[in-house]
Amino acid sequence: MPAGEKRQGTLASMLRIYPYAKTAMPRLYLGMAAALVAAVVALVIPQVLRALVDGPLQDGDSSQIWWPVVAVLGLGSLEALMIWVRRAFVLQPATGIESRMRNALYTRLQDLPVSFHDRWASGQLLSRMLSDINLVRRWLQFGLILLVVNSLTIVVGLVFLLSISWVLGLVFLVCSIPLWIFSYLFENQYAAVARRSQDQAGDLATAVEESVHGIRVLKAFGRGSYALKGFATQAEQLRGTELAKARAIANIWFWLLLVPDVTFAISLLAGVWLAAAGQLSVGQLVAFFATATVLRWPVESIGFLLSMTFDARSATDRYFEIMEAPNTIVDPEHPKQITQPEGRLVFHDVHFRYADAAGDTADLLDGVTLAIEPGETMAVVGVTGSGKSSLTALTTRLYDVTGGSITLDGVDVRDLLRSDLRQRIAMAFEDATLFSASVRDNVLLGKPDSTDEELSEALDIAQADFVFQLPNGIDTLIGEEGLSLSGGQRQRLALARAVAARPQVLVLDDPLSALDVDTEALVEAALRRVLASTTALVVAHRPSTVMLADRVALLEHGKITAVGRHSELLATNEHYRFVISSLDDEDEELRA
Amino acid sequence: MSDTDSTLSGDSTVSGVTGEERNDFNKVESRQIRDRSLKLLNSLLRPLWARTTLTIAVVVVSTAAQVAGPAIIAFGIDTGLPAALDHRWIPLGLAVVGYLFTGIIGAVLIAWYTVLSARIGQAILFDLRKRVFRHTQRLSVEFHETYTSGRIIARQTSDLESIRELLDSGINQLVQSGLYMLFIAIALFLLDWKSGVVLVIALVPLAFLTRWFASRSQLAFRETRVTSARLIVQFVETMTGIRAVKAFRKEKRNETGFAGLVQDYRAANVGAIKLFGVFDPGLVLIGNVALAVVLLIGGLRVAAGGLEIGVLLAALLYARSFFAPAQEMAMFYNSYQAAAASLEKISGLLEERPGVPDPTRPIDLWEARGDLRFDGVEFGYGAGKVILPNFDLELLAGQTIALVGSTGAGKSTLAKLVSRFYDPSKGTISLDGVDLRMLHPKDLRRAIVMVTQEAYLFSGSVGENISLGKPGASRDEIVGAAKAVGAHEFISALPDGYDTDVNKRGGRVSAGQRQLISFARAFLADPSVLILDEATASLDIPSERLVQEGLQTLLADRTAIIIAHRLSTVAIADRVLVMEHGRIVEDGTPADLISGTGRFAHMHAAWRDSLV
Ligand SMILES: Nc1ncnc2c1ncn2[C@@H]1O[C@H](COP(=O)(O)OP(=O)(O)OP(=O)(O)O)[C@@H](O)[C@H]1O
Ligand SMILES: Nc1ncnc2c1ncn2[C@@H]1O[C@H](COP(=O)(O)OP(=O)(O)OP(=O)(O)O)[C@@H](O)[C@H]1O
Ligand SMILES: [Mg+2]
Ligand SMILES: [Mg+2]
Repeated sequence: MPAGEKRQGTLASMLRIYPYAKTAMPRLYLGMAAALVAAVVALVIPQVLRALVDGPLQDGDSSQIWWPVVAVLGLGSLEALMIWVRRAFVLQPATGIESRMRNALYTRLQDLPVSFHDRWASGQLLSRMLSDINLVRRWLQFGLILLVVNSLTIVVGLVFLLSISWVLGLVFLVCSIPLWIFSYLFENQYAAVARRSQDQAGDLATAVEESVHGIRVLKAFGRGSYALKGFATQAEQLRGTELAKARAIANIWFWLLLVPDVTFAISLLAGVWLAAAGQLSVGQLVAFFATATVLRWPVESIGFLLSMTFDARSATDRYFEIMEAPNTIVDPEHPKQITQPEGRLVFHDVHFRYADAAGDTADLLDGVTLAIEPGETMAVVGVTGSGKSSLTALTTRLYDVTGGSITLDGVDVRDLLRSDLRQRIAMAFEDATLFSASVRDNVLLGKPDSTDEELSEALDIAQADFVFQLPNGIDTLIGEEGLSLSGGQRQRLALARAVAARPQVLVLDDPLSALDVDTEALVEAALRRVLASTTALVVAHRPSTVMLADRVALLEHGKITAVGRHSELLATNEHYRFVISSLDDEDEELRA
Repeated sequence: MSDTDSTLSGDSTVSGVTGEERNDFNKVESRQIRDRSLKLLNSLLRPLWARTTLTIAVVVVSTAAQVAGPAIIAFGIDTGLPAALDHRWIPLGLAVVGYLFTGIIGAVLIAWYTVLSARIGQAILFDLRKRVFRHTQRLSVEFHETYTSGRIIARQTSDLESIRELLDSGINQLVQSGLYMLFIAIALFLLDWKSGVVLVIALVPLAFLTRWFASRSQLAFRETRVTSARLIVQFVETMTGIRAVKAFRKEKRNETGFAGLVQDYRAANVGAIKLFGVFDPGLVLIGNVALAVVLLIGGLRVAAGGLEIGVLLAALLYARSFFAPAQEMAMFYNSYQAAAASLEKISGLLEERPGVPDPTRPIDLWEARGDLRFDGVEFGYGAGKVILPNFDLELLAGQTIALVGSTGAGKSTLAKLVSRFYDPSKGTISLDGVDLRMLHPKDLRRAIVMVTQEAYLFSGSVGENISLGKPGASRDEIVGAAKAVGAHEFISALPDGYDTDVNKRGGRVSAGQRQLISFARAFLADPSVLILDEATASLDIPSERLVQEGLQTLLADRTAIIIAHRLSTVAIADRVLVMEHGRIVEDGTPADLISGTGRFAHMHAAWRDSLV
């Protein structure tokens, strides 16, 4: 995980939320004001009681009793009202910020390139989307408000204390210095564990997700309890971190409780001594302690408010690690248009290497030059791992070339809007990536406004008429990742999806690998009709798939070493024979 | 989820995860849900009772220490000061030392409590996490097909999160506040019982308010659970299929859908928070009104001379502080309601009975020979149509069987029955004469291993992925397996060799390489019955040839079912089964079938033609 960049201050870090909070700020301020009023009223009510008891009631006049009762009722209702108002004010903005942040994250994640998703574990993304943003919302809702209000209360209280007796007030002030120090130390101690616990929670989410997505493998090998062991180890680590957090909190809390107690004891000693010396009245002494007692809660609360703040801070950091991750594949500033769409796809000396490839190796694609003419079908053949799939991914900019260029009808693909490019080029991946939606939605993913005729035509071409036998026909929901279909059925749906998008260029990555010979022949026959007018790039492992193509390109060591018709290459190119021919030598002799 | 799973215990409308997204339970259903939640909670707490008791004791003592503080200060002022004026400093000294003492005790205990309660909370979470994980692993593939991974992730993340919040907010709130209120109520009754009665009467509207809050917040929090699960489901699916999302420009449509879910989640949250936003000030209001009433009644009595003024003051202060902890308790109650909604969902998942249950009295099979028999087997997925109509079949130990047939014929289904992903709807499948349903799961998994059609790799190193076939395998064994299937070469070429991370779902390696790694994994597992479902479909021909060679030695003395569309595998098979529409239509040696005129002869001819 990308962590440990330069450490910002907590304030600077949290301020990055501001753009999401801007419109909500007035209401947040009002919420703070209401909280402050409620706090003040809560402080005032006991004073009023005391004053009343000392004043009117002393006279024993029962008609006087109504005013104090009304005052207490009024103030009491005001307090309740202010609490309600604070919550009402803060609720919408806090949840609004939360929603905005969540939507922004999702949008961002969809925009970030595939290489980003390769690197980031899914659980880390999920924990950021859900629990981290929730933490920020809670902090805005309570943490921030209470932090401000309680700090203000403490300041006001201190002023009170100083005004009652400056000596005692000073004692109080001096004694609170350790608290500042401990709070500062606490940040160092806590912030790191808070971050670690969030990261570990993300890893745990990843483990859960993989254990469910990989359930078939785990079951096939009977490795459920083995996976559980791994999971338990991770959960144990998280527990350790959480306990470390608890210890840090216990530590700060200990000081937050002890220091005021010691201060009280010293104040008691000093106060009584001062009173004995006649420098302080008993009334002042009582008032001092009454006020100081009121300050205890705000002081104690600093502990959890700080931990909440640091939690929210590392959540913010984690959030912005995604929001600020560099996006290398973006739309061009001045997008170009294709004026005469024909579907000519050309690779000009294309170089490509994955960012995490071993340092001393040659580029995976080391100067691929290949031109596919409009309407032509080009097969790409090469051994496993030679880079065929990578080559196809470059055409729609799932990755960008690291050298050279790819042009579609003469325009560099990087000069087109991504949506435009991806509308012109449709892909079928080697593993059918289906969604848990209806068959219709899956097939029409690239062109949702297609008619039913177009849909059934696409299904027809892919020989996917089995969908009509499903319980609800084309509206049947297929399970997660389409796993309630057979392998060949999934592949045909993925093929139908690419065809239904009606692109100018079809990129098919080993599209017939899961089909039996007969179905394959049927699909090929139907596809040929489409391919007659559509440019296509087809990755092939078998001679039967190559049959689809007009010409074949042989990918070897990152370069196209030969282009030609299948029979030509078979006759002239030894590597081609090695890759594509499964006939034993004797068979070959027999045929020759 | 409204579909009923035939494997559920009982046939109630709310057992297991049935009705999980509903929010309109009748009395019986609500009770059933509450009971199972409580049962779960109980079983989580039971092993911890000693620690919990200790923690509560610590809280009680620390509360006592805290309550003593103000009394000592009062003592210092009331007794210490006059004494000090007489130049007797001992009472003051006593007060100061006493105060310091209680202060230190209080602080130490609270700190200790913090750690103790975190221990308890974390122990509960750890236990719960493991239980859910273990249980999801035990649930059948069929269950997972309908429940979706996102929801299980939701149970394990956001639901557990809200339970964690409850445990964090802690029992000290509850115990401490409860104690406070009790102490204060007693003190008030002793002081002036009439004011005490006012307080008790104030409990009536409090009870109504709490009841209102309880019933409404239960609904609201359920809603938050359901909406957050939906959010997670969509999120996980988008991230899993990000390539297709991009390639087919689904971003905008996804955004709209997601924004709707975010809005639902927000609305649910707002609903829940709003309720507390009424409950909390409601409590304050009740408290303050009670205060005014105490003041009114007391004031009248004071005016009439029936009450000391000092007593009234004390009564007022008590009444005021009675309601302060009530707010804390309300907060606890709020987190409790949130956690309860989560617990409902989790307990539902845990209640779900595995559709393919482990045998209660398992039969051991130490050395499997690999004899597979199907007797009157019939199968269909769930309540759907029959995929494999009634058939008998015997696969002799040591045979290599090629299973071929058109796509969707039911080959993988047969394989999944053999590896007991599903149980047949009728009839039995037995290994060496033992019904698979009775076989000890350990022995079953050791004896039968399947390489599934979709080669799934876990994030982690190549080595780890291969060693899944045999946990604890040495590096030599792993390398040996990789060499045997011809994967060693490319693995060595990866940046960190066997320690290279394959990324999520093995995205770091090519499709063919993924298959080779899965293959190596099965090779390492060394089972008596090996099932290969299209295990070489994404391989190039040279690699496939290497695999074939490896297979010939590997399969010499074990039963193997090889499913393949590329008939090159058939060469090494002893026997070929041809499947059409779930029926085995041809059965014989490859040579016999090829020379015949049946389906297989035709398929084989077509395949030969396709080779060039
Ligand atoms: N996301 C990735 N990050 C880093 N390396 C990768 C990534 N994807 C693939 N590779 C590496 O690049 C090489 C080419 O992979 P690619 O998937 O393009 O092969 P392929 O020709 O399609 O093979 P196959 O026939 O098996 O599908 C492989 O060696 C693989 O390990
Ligand atoms: N989990 C499932 N739930 C419901 N139906 C299923 C499920 N899996 C497969 N089916 C259906 O059962 C039938 C047989 O599927 P199966 O996967 O056994 O075919 P197959 O012979 O392996 O085909 P392929 O060669 O395409 O992999 C298909 O019609 C398929 O739609
Ligand atoms: Mg590939
Ligand atoms: Mg299959």
